[in-house]
Amino acid sequence: MAISLNVNGETHEVDVDPATPLLYVLRNDLQLNGAKFGCGLGQCGACTVVVDGEAVLSCVTPVSLMEGREITTVEGLGTIEEPGPLQAAFIEQQAAQCGYCIPGMMMTAHALLRKNAQPSDQEIRDALMTNLCRCGTHMRILAAIRRAGELMQQAGAPQTDRRAG
Amino acid sequence: MTIVPQDEFSTDRRKGISRRGVLMGTGALVVSFSLARHALAQQATPAPAAPEPPKLPGSLDDARRLDAWIRIDANSDITVFTGKIELGQGIRTALIQVAAEELEVEPGDINLITADTGRTPDEGFTAGSQSMQNSGTAIRNAAAQVREILITEASRRLNVPRESLRAEGKAIVGQNGQTIGYGELVSDQLLAVEAQPQSLLKSPDSLRIIGQSLPRVDIPAKVTGGAAYVQDLRLEGMVHARVVRPPAQAAQLQDVDTTSVEQMPGVITVIRDGSFLAVVAEQEFQAVNAMRVLQQAARWSEDAVLPNQNELPAFLESTKGDIGTVAEDGAGDFSGQVFEATFTRPYQMHASIGPSCGVALMENGQLTVWSHTQGVYPDQEAIAEMLGMNVEQVRVIHMEGSGCYGHNGADDAAADAAMIAAAVPGRPIRLQWMREDEHGWEPYGPAMLIKVRAGVGQDGRITGWNYDLWSNVHSTRPGGAPSLLAARHRAQAFPVRPPNFNISQSGNGDRNAVPLYVFPRRVLWHFVSEMPLRVSALRALGAYANVFALESTMDELAIIAGADPVEFRLRHLEDERARAVVEKAAQEFGWSTDAPANGRGRGFGFARYKNLAAFLAVALEVEVERETGRVRVVRAVSAIDSGEAVNPDGIRNQTEGGIIQSISWTLYEQVTFDNTRVTSTDWSSYPILRFSSVPESVDVHIINRPGQPFLGTGEAAQGPVAAALANAVRNATGVRFYDLPLTRERVKQGIGI
Ligand code: FES
Ligand code: FES
Repeated sequence: MAISLNVNGETHEVDVDPATPLLYVLRNDLQLNGAKFGCGLGQCGACTVVVDGEAVLSCVTPVSLMEGREITTVEGLGTIEEPGPLQAAFIEQQAAQCGYCIPGMMMTAHALLRKNAQPSDQEIRDALMTNLCRCGTHMRILAAIRRAGELMQQAGAPQTDRRAG
Repeated sequence: MTIVPQDEFSTDRRKGISRRGVLMGTGALVVSFSLARHALAQQATPAPAAPEPPKLPGSLDDARRLDAWIRIDANSDITVFTGKIELGQGIRTALIQVAAEELEVEPGDINLITADTGRTPDEGFTAGSQSMQNSGTAIRNAAAQVREILITEASRRLNVPRESLRAEGKAIVGQNGQTIGYGELVSDQLLAVEAQPQSLLKSPDSLRIIGQSLPRVDIPAKVTGGAAYVQDLRLEGMVHARVVRPPAQAAQLQDVDTTSVEQMPGVITVIRDGSFLAVVAEQEFQAVNAMRVLQQAARWSEDAVLPNQNELPAFLESTKGDIGTVAEDGAGDFSGQVFEATFTRPYQMHASIGPSCGVALMENGQLTVWSHTQGVYPDQEAIAEMLGMNVEQVRVIHMEGSGCYGHNGADDAAADAAMIAAAVPGRPIRLQWMREDEHGWEPYGPAMLIKVRAGVGQDGRITGWNYDLWSNVHSTRPGGAPSLLAARHRAQAFPVRPPNFNISQSGNGDRNAVPLYVFPRRVLWHFVSEMPLRVSALRALGAYANVFALESTMDELAIIAGADPVEFRLRHLEDERARAVVEKAAQEFGWSTDAPANGRGRGFGFARYKNLAAFLAVALEVEVERETGRVRVVRAVSAIDSGEAVNPDGIRNQTEGGIIQSISWTLYEQVTFDNTRVTSTDWSSYPILRFSSVPESVDVHIINRPGQPFLGTGEAAQGPVAAALANAVRNATGVRFYDLPLTRERVKQGIGI
């Protein structure tokens, strides 16, 4: 079935089984590395992407539900040459060990920061409830998200998503 | 069948066989590792005059030529080779720092090639926190020797004294501004020489790059969606595979009707070989769907081969195996007060966040495997053995996976991919494990039982220490084909080899069983050779449970002696560096013996990893919720001395990670099973630490030792944190917990609410 997907501001036509989880379409059909396969069960957050401003677990989300939605992956936050504030903050704080969980953490944080530019430590922890990290990078992840909020404030970046309301 | 003694972290099995052929290109140095290694060994390496060649620093001792490590081409491009791998510990960055420092170039000038059987030295496994000791030391010395050779060569060509020359900007520069580029200087096989035992290392006060917290070179790609992992590898024409693993440890495939699966959309083939069952499809989701149908179609026999999980300690103690003396020094005196206790640790898992993945391609009889294995050479040998191929026909190239913390499913996924690639030649096969494959089939960290008997004299000093531990071997690699699941499951199965009992200096199940403290001790390892569950190296091996038992006992003895636990440790510690980390951690934590706030407690833990690597002490504050038994770590403060610090932030990052991971192991983790099956198959049946339970702060203080050998960092925190946690719970509740993990139920029951 042909499905039209809006990912990181670009429209893509893909021809896939409509039951295919969004994760496989992002990784294989669109060749985006950011979202990771961690469990395929909605338990770990490695596959998190943002859909219409909300953090969504792409491993348990059928692609057929994604028509007309605005999907953002970690690739949509900036590039290696021009990292966005979240990416810059994670680099600055060296907030990764293996890094496998990190894009999922960043996308959960992205959804949070769009709604709440200055979240408290508790709010960040609550938002990351489903995101697991096995390397124990948690302290740095928290620091990087706080720092990203600051960077966004400094830049006066209009990060608030209208749809997120 | 017997096997050679296997020390997890030694490359000894390859000693004495130089397998490198070095081919010279024109105008520049080109190094290639001969695949016909044995055949070329003699011609490539001139027979040494003396039977025992001199000991060279680090892994240079195994790969003795400078050009095995450093290559400079005609454009002065510098390539450094390491047999070690990045696994999230930042080794890539640290090795680049070491090379750039001694070569007097910038970190950005170094192109680092990590483990690849086609290109890099054989450094065994990336394990045991030994990468800096082995590879870091080798590269640092090689780089220093290369620099000096370049200076000598420039001096010869310019006809000026060496002392008037310096290395700068990839060139040798003279006092009058004469400059010869590195590329120009190496043009005549200059580096095709054996390394020397001694190097002229830069003095500690002249270092520019070592000791700096250089940002990790791998992080930018990882946070922007770059291809960073083997999971991200996409080869032309690549297809997707899944394995259907048996439902139980000893299950055998009886029967499977594959016709319906073969007709599913996209399915290319179903592969069955004994109990090895896999499916290949054009697209990934097609492979997943086919796997699910195949799972339904397969009929297995199951045997009840697993011990009763609730009686694991009794099972361990009941096994009849060899008993080895790990240490015995003087007769203990138990005439004063005696403390006796039994500690246990369950099976625990690596539980990598990304399930294992391997990519393989069989083409013209040559197999290439991309894997996040910790040891490309041992994996190459095992895969070749499994497939009945010559080692030369198999190339294993390392690509990163998610953090592994030891021997996880990486090698098995590589073997699965290889099995499938052999059946579907010409097409790159991407084999991805599902979550239940990783949880259910990775080799676990072994369960352990420890009995301690210790005496304290009138003077408040420990007078005797009898320590008995029961454990499997903690590493089943390198184990050749039988160490690979696919090889065990094939019709022509490679049966599991009986484990080898070996007491070594760095320890295994007995790692850190011997106290660094000074008092008479007797330490025995009751070797458990039965392995009902598959086990192998998990971060810190036996040191995790041994330090938990040892340091828990130290606290109890301090209580008996009426002493402050920190002071009591110092009383028995003579090593200055050990004392320094204990004092530093206590001071930075604000250690005191004042009564803690209600529900709170403080605990301390210390160990020198393997008794010969990094020193680490940690103090924790915990909060215990009496109603629920929930333990939360409020803050952690540690001090670590891992020798000369190449990248302090890297040491902090790894140590923070070790602290948090050990908190997770210690509070939540145990592999569960019934008598046939492992029942920890996902994150709800094997819970780990979540953000809601992460401490408020984790501080790591580094005691840097410029000029001292690198000691490695990655595993030092695991044991001390476990002990500090139990000690803090003891401090908060008055109750000692002897069994890991300290689950809510256990704690609640223990404090009698
Ligand atoms: S991969 Fe989607 S939640 Fe784990
Ligand atoms: S950084 Fe490795 S799992 Fe989070």
